[in-house]
Amino acid sequence: MKRVAVIVFPGSNCDAETLAAARAAGSEAYFVWHRETDLRQADVVILPGGFSYGDYLRSGAIARFSSVMAAVTAHAKAGGAVLGICNGFQILCEAGLLPGGLMRNARLRFLSRPAWVRVEQIDTPCTCLYERGEVLEIPIAHGDGRYVVDPRTAAELEASDRVVWRYVRDNPNGSTNDIAGITNAGRNVVGIMPHPERRTAAVVGGGGDDGARVFHSMEARHATQHVVDVRAVDDRHLRV
Amino acid sequence: MSAFRVEVRVMPRATLLDPQGQAVEHALHALGFGDVARVRMGKHLVLDVSAGSRDEALARARAMCDRLLANPVTEDYDVVVDGETHR
Repeated sequence: MKRVAVIVFPGSNCDAETLAAARAAGSEAYFVWHRETDLRQADVVILPGGFSYGDYLRSGAIARFSSVMAAVTAHAKAGGAVLGICNGFQILCEAGLLPGGLMRNARLRFLSRPAWVRVEQIDTPCTCLYERGEVLEIPIAHGDGRYVVDPRTAAELEASDRVVWRYVRDNPNGSTNDIAGITNAGRNVVGIMPHPERRTAAVVGGGGDDGARVFHSMEARHATQHVVDVRAVDDRHLRV
Repeated sequence: MSAFRVEVRVMPRATLLDPQGQAVEHALHALGFGDVARVRMGKHLVLDVSAGSRDEALARARAMCDRLLANPVTEDYDVVVDGETHR
């Protein structure tokens, strides 16, 4: 049973569903308040959706300096699994744990509706129970969802297979390369703009179950799986 | 030490789409201001910074921008200390 810490910031509003989704997947999930500094032996850390600090200044810009983020960063640097959903993705980008940033939706509207994403990579802690190429229906609910990154980093993300989910059918927010979610070079930190916790039968009865395997994947992944944490760089192998 | 009035102007990077600026531009056109083009919209922050000199106030303000006030991935900023602009 994995220990899953769901971080709660002032303004988080998907924390309860995320906790329920992780518990439904069999994990021992608990809340960690943003002022805490101890993740209590978490195997997995989830930064849930919402509007931390009212999205003031920029989405995630203030939350990234919360006390708990030092522990989250240390967990990530040690190879621990971290998932940021929506506002959590924004916070991970602001914290520099993921590249790029999330800006105002291209057509300005706050979007709250289903979206369709294709699973591009299955060697991440959040997608190991999906098939590559599967198309999922997962809702989006964001005003600042347009993933932006400089062209060089975008090319690097593509070349190193770090786009984990991509919007299909349409690109709702103008994201670069239709990106809906990415992972870091170590493939242990993952960010996704849509809300998988809202497509788990255990949390919301109707609407399907396409998001549930994100949480089952994290539960299923072996705690000491370091295979993906070692990257070959030139002739050296680096723990990243 | 004296207090310097620092103004920080944060703008979405010029190469990036600025949907807010576009919406304002369309609204201006709709109101008959056809002479307006390339409207971009950013943030303006005004702070009082205690520092020993104008240069020190500028350096502190830049540090604040790099750390928090602007996102280097998506935004550019400039800083005005008591009326002098520094890019």
